[in-house]
This record gives sequence, C-alpha cells and structure tokens, in this order.
Amino acid sequence: MIQVQQLTKYYGERAAIRALDFAIDRGEVIGFLGLNGAGKTTTLKVLGCVLLPTSGRVVIDGIDIARDPHEVRRRIGFLPDAPPLYDEMTVGGYLEFAAQLRGVTAKDARSHVVEAEEKTGLRQVDGERVSSLSHGFRQRAGVAQALVHKPRLLILDEPTSGLDPVQIVEMRSLIRSLRGDHTILLSSHILSEISQTCDRLLVIQAGEIVAQGSEQELASRLGSVGRIEVDVGGNVERALAVVRALEGVVEASAHARPAGGGETLHVEGAGELRPQITRALVQAGIDVLRIDRGATGLESIFLQLTKGDARTAGATAAAAGKEGASA
Amino acid sequence: MKTALLIARRELAAYFSSMTGFVIIAAVLVIDGLLFNAYALGGPDKLSSEVLGLFFLFSRGTTIIASVFISMRLLAEERQTGTLVLLTSSPVHDREIVLGKWLSALAFISILTASTLFMPALIFVNGKVSLGHVASGYLGLFLLGAASLAVGTFGSALARTQVLAAIFSGCIVTALCVCWMLARVTERPFSGVIADLALQPHHIMPFEAGVIHVKHVAYYVMITYFALFAATRVLEARRWR
Repeated sequence: MIQVQQLTKYYGERAAIRALDFAIDRGEVIGFLGLNGAGKTTTLKVLGCVLLPTSGRVVIDGIDIARDPHEVRRRIGFLPDAPPLYDEMTVGGYLEFAAQLRGVTAKDARSHVVEAEEKTGLRQVDGERVSSLSHGFRQRAGVAQALVHKPRLLILDEPTSGLDPVQIVEMRSLIRSLRGDHTILLSSHILSEISQTCDRLLVIQAGEIVAQGSEQELASRLGSVGRIEVDVGGNVERALAVVRALEGVVEASAHARPAGGGETLHVEGAGELRPQITRALVQAGIDVLRIDRGATGLESIFLQLTKGDARTAGATAAAAGKEGASA
Repeated sequence: MKTALLIARRELAAYFSSMTGFVIIAAVLVIDGLLFNAYALGGPDKLSSEVLGLFFLFSRGTTIIASVFISMRLLAEERQTGTLVLLTSSPVHDREIVLGKWLSALAFISILTASTLFMPALIFVNGKVSLGHVASGYLGLFLLGAASLAVGTFGSALARTQVLAAIFSGCIVTALCVCWMLARVTERPFSGVIADLALQPHHIMPFEAGVIHVKHVAYYVMITYFALFAATRVLEARRWR
C-alpha cells in the first residue's frame, strides 16, 4: 500500500526526517511511535500530500506522490494533530463539504455522511454545530472527515490527543472497528495506545526509523526485558527467592501496593514468563492474587530504542504519565 | 471550477453565520450613508450627476477598505485555525482554493455594493441620472472591489494571522492607491507607467463618469489575475516549507 524510499524533508537547514525507508501492506494497522519532535507529523504530512518531500520517493497504492498527488489524495483520508473543523458548520454539513471536496458527488454525499457518522458514532449530533461539540466528538468528527470518502488509506496523527480516559478507550475501539476496510497509519507517543491498536510499529527517533516490526519482534530483537507484575499474598521474601531462581528472570523486586496493602513483585525477564512464575509460586504455597505484563513491555523497548536522545528521560516520563492516565 | 464554487459557497455562508459579515455591511452602509447625506445631498445645490459622482467617490474608499477587511480572513484564518489542511490534503488544486476564496469574497462585496443602491435611487426623487451612468459606476466599483480583494487574498496567503494579512494587504492596496502621487513628482516616461499602475483615480474615474473603456476594464482584470496568481504561488510554495 505504501512504499517509502530514502524520504528526506528539510525545514531550512534542519532535517526533520532523514532517509526513511519502510513499506506498509494493504489492510495493516501501523503505529508510528516517537517522541515529540521526532519527525512523526512531518512524515505523515508528506504521506498525506500536504507537504512535499525534499528528496526520496513515496508510492501510495501504486502512485508516486510526486507525479500525481491529486490522485493520491483521493485515496487517503488525513486527520492532522488538530482536527480541521469549521466551527460555524453543522456536523452533517461539514462532512458533506469534506466528502464533496474529496470527489464524492453531491447526490452521493449524504449517504457517505450517514455511513461515516454511523461508524464514528456521530449520528445523534448530525444537526449540531461543530462549535458545540465536546472534545471527544470533535476528534470523532475529525476521523469522520478522514473516512467520509471511503479512502483506502487512513492517516491519523495523534488521534487520541487531549482525550480523557473514557474517550481514549472509545477512540481505540473506533480505530479497531475500521480495521479491514482501510489500511491505517496512526502516530502517537502514548505507548499503550500503539500497543493495543496496531499490528506493527515504526519507531522514529531524530528523523530516522530506528526500528520496525511487531511488539514481540522488537522485544526479541532487542532482547527486551519485559516487566511482569505479580500481586502476592504471604511471605514476600520467599516469593522473591522462588522467582529469582527461575530461568529467564533477570531481576525481581518487591514494592508495596499503594492501595489495599500487600506487596507487588516486579519481575524483569525475557520472553513469556507468566506461566512459569505462576506455577512456581503456587507450588511454593504462595498465593498469586494477580499476574500481568503491565504496560511496560513496549515502554522498555521504547526506552532502549530512544536511549541516547537527551530528551528521552523526560519525554518518556511524560508518555508514561499519559499512559497511566489512559489506562 | 466545481470545487472552487464548493469552497466559495461554504466561505460565503461563513460570512453570514457569524457577526463578521453583518458588521462589515452595517459599517459600510453607515459610513457611506453619512457621507452621502452630509456631502452629496447636503451643502450647496448640485447637478444630479455631481451627486452621483460624489456617491461613487465615497463608495470607492469604503469598497477598498472593506475589501481589506473581508479578504484578510480568507487564507490566514484557515491557517490560524488549522483548517487549511482539510483543503490541502484533499484532491483540490491550490488555484481552486485561491479562486474559491476570492469568489466568496467577491460575492460578499457584490452583495455589500448592491445594498448601497438605495442611495443613487434617492437621486431620482429630485433629479435625474441615466441608468447607464449608474450601471457604469457600479461596474467600476465591482472591478475595483475585485482587484482589491485579489490583492487582499494575496496578503492573506502571505500572512500567518489575520492581523498581519490586513497589514500586508492594507500596505499594498494603499501603495497602489496613492502611487499617482508619486507619478506627479516623477519624470516621463516613468510618471506615465506609475500613474497607470494606480488603482485609482485614473482607471476608475471614467466609470464614475458613465464611460466604459476596455483598457480600464483590462487593467482591473490584470491586477486581479496577477494578485490571484501570486497568491496561488505562495500557497504552492508553502508545501515546500
């Protein structure tokens, strides 16, 4: 669906993205992951034919964007980081306008709008002014304008930006529901969002793709140590000793649970360790109250991939904070 | 052209869905009406054609000023609010975006100019002017408005904010309006060239006198074309930045 070769974009003297190479197959849901300023938005704008690249080649659905950007734009739906909404219009009127802009005839526009509204849950606000919409509905309207002309490729830049936890869950399920009908490329720096929505990740740092693949592929390639959280009852010291003795465990530590008392073990290790840990603890007579991978698998991959960037620590903390809020 | 009309229709509706459009129309009508009453109808007795001439003189000024305010939002506001990306990510040529925006502003200023028709109509109460004279003057105002709006569209394409757009287009329009003064202190053949460049009074006065010359029509069409062409180029250049 998308082939990107040596894609470079300069803003003046500064390279926002450098020699990007990647390919996306039809029907895939791809997460574009990177810190703020890593080059995600610039890449998406180039793919959305909003910006022209300085050099390199991008082919979307068999069409080179430099040769026929007009035709490419017909086949994509683009949601920028801030949804491009006209406040004075009604939701339905706005979506009809967007559909006709993308080449849908006036006669067919209404049926396209109804379909897009049903997909995005906007049917009940069809006649309302965009200015009266809540942030969540505005974001949905942004997604609706991107898919109203039934494009083959959806490019969504930070679709959950600024949403509250409930709205994030709703947006996530909306994106999942679009899977199959469209190839989807979405960017985010919220790790859990990418982890739960996408088939494959493209990790960008300082304008370069530093890794691509599924979360599991990246973890195994990097020898990532995913963290497992285990809420235990009984003797914590003994539980730690049992876990530490297991093959594959790199590190284990105990932390007091903030609510309800008791201790949680943080176990770092490679691969899927949960069955082994559960068996070993139960055999040792220790109660396992909860065992979970937590959200830190992708976080640790992300940290490893972006280490060396001076902003990593602060930015990842911010990302983790948002992640916590979204959980 | 179909897409340009689609953009123009949305844009025109936007003028009237907020107070902006009504405020501009009201302000122009109040200023035009006061000037017409005080200077054209008032004072010593005048010939009907002199009253009409004064009306067109005042309308000339208000049309130019209104054009700057109407056009400042066209592209700068879209950029400011982030809605321009809806147009630039759609299969729409940049020239269609510029044309659509300008057409909406032209339609708006046409409504505004048409709403002043009651003033020349008042002349018929106690005097008489030919309808052709009135039509010629209005054609001049329409062409002047079209050219000023095109310059305003160019200013709006250049600027990131509406205020900056108004400043840019205000400066260009003012320079084009007063360059006849520069022509007075410049030697031939440059004085002729500079005078010919001016938006007024050289090119507009014949219309106000009831005379339509193709060369003056061509002048306004050319100014309009070049300003819209420049605005399109500015928009295209932004895709490189």
